[in-house]
Amino acid sequence: AMEDVCAKFVSQKISKARWRPLPAAALQPPDLFATGSWDNEDNRISLWSVGDLGNVGLNGEYQGEPQLLCDIRHNGDVMDMQFLDQERIVVASSTGTVTVFRHHQNNQTLSANQQWEKAHYHVDQDTSCGGAACTGVICNNPEIITVGEDGRINLFRADQKDAVRTIDNADSSTLHAVTFLRTTEILTVNSIGQLKIWDLRQQRNEPSQIFSLTGDRVPLHCVDRHPNQQHIVATGGQDGMLSIWDIRQGTMPVSLLNAHEAEMWEVHFHPSNPDHLFTCSEDGSLWHWDTSTDVSEKPSFLHQGGRSTTYFSHNTINQSVISAWLSNDPTKDRMEITNLIPNQTLSVNSLDVLGPCLAYGTDAEAIYVNRHLFA
Amino acid sequence: PAAVPSQVVPGADPSARQLCFAWGPAEVLVCETLFGRRGGSLSPGEPGLGRALVPGALTGCGVAGSGEGAPSSSRVFVVRKDQDIYIQTLRKLFNESHGIFIGLQRSEEELAGKSRKAQLVQVSKNYRSVMRACMEDMHQAAISARDPALHSQYSTQVSILSAMELIWNLCEILFVEAATAGPLLLRLLDWVRLHVCDVDNMVREVLSSENPPKHELFWNVVDVFVLQGRLDEARHLLSREASADPTSVNMYRVLDDLMKKMPVPTLGNTQTLTEMELKWQHWHEECQRYLQNGTFASNSHMESICKILLGDEDAILEKKELMTTWYHFLVTRLLYSHPTVKPMELRMDLFLGGESSPEPLDTILMAAFEFEMHQVIKECSIALSNWWFVAHLTDLLDHCKLLQSHNLYFGSNMREFLLLEYASGLFSHHSLWQLGVDYFDHCPQYGRVYLELHIERIPLNTEQKALKVLRICEQRQMHEQVRSICKIMAMKALRNNRLGSALSWSIRAKDAAFATLISDRFLKDYCERGCFSDLDLIDNLGPSMLLSDRLTFLGKYREFHRLYGEKRFSEAAKLLLMLMTAHIAPCSFWMTLLTDALPLLEQKEVVFSAEQTYELMRCLEDLTAGKSEKQKFQDDEVETTKVEMLRLALARNLARVIVKEGTLEGS
Repeated sequence: AMEDVCAKFVSQKISKARWRPLPAAALQPPDLFATGSWDNEDNRISLWSVGDLGNVGLNGEYQGEPQLLCDIRHNGDVMDMQFLDQERIVVASSTGTVTVFRHHQNNQTLSANQQWEKAHYHVDQDTSCGGAACTGVICNNPEIITVGEDGRINLFRADQKDAVRTIDNADSSTLHAVTFLRTTEILTVNSIGQLKIWDLRQQRNEPSQIFSLTGDRVPLHCVDRHPNQQHIVATGGQDGMLSIWDIRQGTMPVSLLNAHEAEMWEVHFHPSNPDHLFTCSEDGSLWHWDTSTDVSEKPSFLHQGGRSTTYFSHNTINQSVISAWLSNDPTKDRMEITNLIPNQTLSVNSLDVLGPCLAYGTDAEAIYVNRHLFA
Repeated sequence: PAAVPSQVVPGADPSARQLCFAWGPAEVLVCETLFGRRGGSLSPGEPGLGRALVPGALTGCGVAGSGEGAPSSSRVFVVRKDQDIYIQTLRKLFNESHGIFIGLQRSEEELAGKSRKAQLVQVSKNYRSVMRACMEDMHQAAISARDPALHSQYSTQVSILSAMELIWNLCEILFVEAATAGPLLLRLLDWVRLHVCDVDNMVREVLSSENPPKHELFWNVVDVFVLQGRLDEARHLLSREASADPTSVNMYRVLDDLMKKMPVPTLGNTQTLTEMELKWQHWHEECQRYLQNGTFASNSHMESICKILLGDEDAILEKKELMTTWYHFLVTRLLYSHPTVKPMELRMDLFLGGESSPEPLDTILMAAFEFEMHQVIKECSIALSNWWFVAHLTDLLDHCKLLQSHNLYFGSNMREFLLLEYASGLFSHHSLWQLGVDYFDHCPQYGRVYLELHIERIPLNTEQKALKVLRICEQRQMHEQVRSICKIMAMKALRNNRLGSALSWSIRAKDAAFATLISDRFLKDYCERGCFSDLDLIDNLGPSMLLSDRLTFLGKYREFHRLYGEKRFSEAAKLLLMLMTAHIAPCSFWMTLLTDALPLLEQKEVVFSAEQTYELMRCLEDLTAGKSEKQKFQDDEVETTKVEMLRLALARNLARVIVKEGTLEGS
């Protein structure tokens, strides 16, 4: 419900918002998220608390707005951001630099912990200028993978100074986003509507598979993989279209869903409740895609902050969930779509979901938190 | 008429150099010319670093020609008009009010009468609550600021915001809500209570003391309540004094009764104006009677309160210190000397500090009380260092249909003029430019032109930012700007040797000439390296291949290589020949194509038919015949050898194919 949303104007355009991951056995909902800004003369990484620091209402409900814990200057626009672990955040910069920031919880400060300068660059890495924007980053501690406008893919390890591996000219167009398919395979999307799989075990500097949108070569901006069924992949495009791919078969998307009226900047399956998917867009909207509407047939999979359940693989439910995302016309029978922002104006650049919590940031210089997503 | 405030540009020294200037949408350029002043000092002043001024955007631009001035570099100053745009803490105000503004533009004009008015009042209140929230933040910032300079800067901002809110609130009451008679008075009383906060501390101190009636400021607080029309609170306080002083119980009872009976206007339409007048007359006479028969003679405090109830100007003015401002006095006077009083008849000079000219705030409020809406906007424009206030207020008043007949001798109308100024200020800011777009959208006459001029000047440091700017242009069918942005991005990509990206951008802009240029680069790279780069792009051109002839050729030529690689020789041969005969390939590339034919001519199986071989021969002869003797002479030996080899290969192929075709015919 809308009344559960807290907003805070932060005097900087927000390009990224990410919840801090929860420890494995945590029962509490997430209480801390990070944001990054863009297009400021002075960009910042900020950490926000939404937990016990705020006011608690009479019935124990949290009411306050996010509180700033600490922040630090960041050189260039924050293009992407991922938590490496509980304390470290990897940040991709428009200058091409990739930085790992550490959050010191004892005195609430942030510091730069590790930095790869000009991990992405044009022409020559050593010249004073020529950094190319790093557009995407994904981590699987200690591995960090970055992609950029230079069409390059870098593989770093948090504890090593030099890149473990670099694929120069991996893509002739701009790589917009990256995610893990399996521990050794990654997915990238680019500005000519292609989805590529890269197998990092192979030394060949070629993708192992290329999928593409037919016809108009609409650029793809974001990609996410279903947390339980790794062959289901969602991407978002420049035209606002949501594409669902089954990477086991064919080279084209299984379904194309009309969604936003402008660039879809991010798409996220809910990590522990993947019947739910969230997308946000340049048109100022944030959509909640729900395939679990037929409640009578299925138990609820919602676990606050819990790890993804293994329930699926041993149960007949499995089949119906697969078909929920892969059926040819999902809008027809079982998908419920809600716009979570009624009076949209400027772009919603980023969102993140974890447990019952949603956080998002906009070009209208505000961050929003909803702590009762499924209420 | 008020004097036009002058502004000094620090660093620009008109006594040393002659200056010239040019007006821009939100900025003025002031340039030093080469021409010095005869007899003037020639040393240029130090550039200032004032907030209103960003010097040195084009420092040291050489000006050719000889003048009397020193040959040293000239400077260009960029003078900006909207200072407040750059205040960090006000960004919340700009962003939040942007949402309200958009809501107002989208709101239903059809809503009739009352509900429309309620809607507009709500919008006005929303704007005010944003101002208040911002003021609160600024106040907190002032408290926590350690640096005294910073502290005073924040405090100044708090008082400016507070003045803005005060003016806005009065305009809301008088113009937006346009309350009349009784309800108007109630609104004005609320307004005074909300904004005259100087006495709040005193009230709090007395009320929280152990025994308020014994407090030395007790009567002051009672007076404050009476002056602000808070009669219930005054009575409550008096009742405590009465119980402490049994000798004058009767006096207290009478005064309490008078205060209780005072007719107050109601917000609903339960009583008519005449009814109210009658009651008022009756009550007034009763007060008069008690005063004249000396009921309160023994207590000067109560006597003066009774006089105030009667609207006695001297009695009210005696409490000047408790009202602090003339507008409090005005409202109190209105309350007790019902029915009407004109602002100009009030002795406000007593508040305005003698002969010195009135403060801008006083002038503005005075103009509002006189319903001089345009004067209010004009004075605010001069007094405030931002366009935010006047732009939003004027827009709201315009939606109330209060400004329609007023056209300016320049631009379109006042609303649009002010919105354009404000939005231009936003565009001059590093990150607030996105907000400006929507304001331009709602300026019917010049908004589009302004947007076109401003949007092209946004620096595009990442592709993502370019995409955002592009989206703005595409949504508004600004084709010229779309082309220009794509071209800039394509050029950047080309400079960075990112041919694939460059091609993508020119395809997006449908820029055929640029696509041709990039295709040539691809072909050149191929000729030099013998292999194609960026195959993932070239293999997936699809229909966009038709954008330019050269791009078509690039795509088809790559297709030839693929067919060849897949050993589909006859298809490859057919395509290769077609590229030349249909004139898809540029002439400069024919030799490469013919050389590509060599391995096909040498295949074990005959690939080219007799007819195709003749065509190939003709292509070769056309190519060599087209060259002058001189060119031929200049061609290096490699080229000559190539031609010889081709002739030989073609002749041999012809021989083989004639034999083969003859054999086939014969069988």
